[in-house]
Amino acid sequence: MIEGAPWRRWVFFYVPVTAFVVSLLFPFYWMVITTLRPDNELYRPWSASNYAPFWTTHPTFEHVRDLLTETLFTTWMLNTMLISLAATAISLFCGVLAGYALSRLKFPFAGSIGTAIFITYLVPQTLLFIPLADIIRNFRLGDSPWALILTYPTFLIPFCTWLLMGYFKSIPKELEECARIDGAPRWKAMVYIIFPVAVPGILSAGIFAFTLSWNEFIYALVFLSSPEQKTVPVGVTSELVRGDVFFWGELMAGALLGSVPVAFVYSFFVEYYVSGITGSVKG
Amino acid sequence: MATVGSVASVALRRQYVPMSRRGPITRLLEDERRLAFCLMLPTVVLLCLFIAYPFFNGILLAVTDTRVGVPGHFVGMENFVKIWNDNIFRIAVWNTCLYTFVTTVFKLALGLWLALLLNRHFRGKAFMRAFILLPFIIPTVLSTFAWKWMFDPTFSVLNWMLFHAGIIHTRINWLGDPVMAMVSVIIVNVWRGVPFYAISLLAGLQTISPELHEAAAIDGAHAWARFRHVTWPLLLPVTLVIVLFSVIQTFADFQLVYVLTGGGPANATQLFATYAYQLGIGTGLLSQGAAISLAIFPILLLVVIVQLVYIRRAETL
Repeated sequence: MIEGAPWRRWVFFYVPVTAFVVSLLFPFYWMVITTLRPDNELYRPWSASNYAPFWTTHPTFEHVRDLLTETLFTTWMLNTMLISLAATAISLFCGVLAGYALSRLKFPFAGSIGTAIFITYLVPQTLLFIPLADIIRNFRLGDSPWALILTYPTFLIPFCTWLLMGYFKSIPKELEECARIDGAPRWKAMVYIIFPVAVPGILSAGIFAFTLSWNEFIYALVFLSSPEQKTVPVGVTSELVRGDVFFWGELMAGALLGSVPVAFVYSFFVEYYVSGITGSVKG
Repeated sequence: MATVGSVASVALRRQYVPMSRRGPITRLLEDERRLAFCLMLPTVVLLCLFIAYPFFNGILLAVTDTRVGVPGHFVGMENFVKIWNDNIFRIAVWNTCLYTFVTTVFKLALGLWLALLLNRHFRGKAFMRAFILLPFIIPTVLSTFAWKWMFDPTFSVLNWMLFHAGIIHTRINWLGDPVMAMVSVIIVNVWRGVPFYAISLLAGLQTISPELHEAAAIDGAHAWARFRHVTWPLLLPVTLVIVLFSVIQTFADFQLVYVLTGGGPANATQLFATYAYQLGIGTGLLSQGAAISLAIFPILLLVVIVQLVYIRRAETL
């Protein structure tokens, strides 16, 4: 703690921490309050005398009901869930195998393949979306979940591989050697000895990959066109805004409900998530 | 560790089969190179198909005059000459650099401050850390909509707060005014990025042994001197890696600007990615769009090389 007089503690600790927490969380509070506010209160200019920003006396679930019954929101949720889970599964499968090979096995070009994967890790999606859209069209994958299930791993695999490489390196070699001396074949030692020990690392990579695919926007925006195929971020952006009219109540309800699965997964695995972030940075 | 190893191998010993009686696949995979080949195959195939191939395809697109539905002809460097002389492209380059620079400075400063605050023992620390990461994990598009609503000219709660605090006397036209639009976009990006910086830097701070601080304190170093001469040099390698990742992400940012301003008003917030999208997908000028997004690459490469060299040097110090 900060040494010295109590006022120092207030000035250097409590006040800045509170300011950070309030400003980081305020937009979420604003989502909740907007969702629950009836329309006649919602569209009241801020300069009006009866503008009451921080609470509502007539909370309503009208917007949530409209969102669930009159839009395709539930379909988008299912699409996003399916795509995120499939992309995460593919990426984990590839990432675990590649991470093991790169950290444990000696083979030609291991170093250059590792570097190449690190470079793809740094390639942003916005660099490739136009030629990829062309390729997706040629493969006749356009407007189907497969377009995203197959392309999301391109930014998830490098991340998973990199994270898991670090994790595998931290597992002592002797563990595997014991099994090998006892006569276990190479692949069995890998699957039955190393992978179970690496579960925490695999879990952090998986959670991170899931939230990244839930968050992805530009590929989903470009590759999907029909409303029933869209993911939550794209559906909310394109279908809840008609022309210049924003349906703010429904939009905020959508933003809130669309964040729930990610927040849910996150709340259970905060520690794994944090170690995923720090692991990805440490490399 | 020895106990774990022996327990695991006891479990395996039951399945022991002499080499000669093992299946052909197991025998094939006993060779290190072959096993490595099989393990790398799925990753290499997927990455070649959806990263390397589109990358070369993008280069091919950029030297033709392809539009949507119209096969193109080879035109050489014409597209690059065209975008070089394009005023909007120049604005986008400038905006992207400005946006990246300003947001990175703020994210680093505020993130470091928050990390230093959190690097203390106090009640509810784990809880607070979990909540602070929310802006980073909630899908960007969705939280950006909340900001767009907070920036709404007529219904803005921010205007109400600033007005009642006595800071402003007329409304701020957050997204309608060219300068304020850039400021708004920067605010949202900083808001989203600070938690990532703070949590990563916090992890870096926790690896610094408290004994170093104690030793410095005994030598009479004040808080600032301890930070300047103990914490900062030890934190530098981690910081550089975080900045590298963040700069790349920010440089290629799309979704935040797309939702908040769409690049407007009058291209005041147009970035590389939003302009590439507008030309390539919006107007269907595929090859010009591809040329613009390819133009990100050399700049990105330069930034990455400079930073990697810097990281190398910081690590060997």
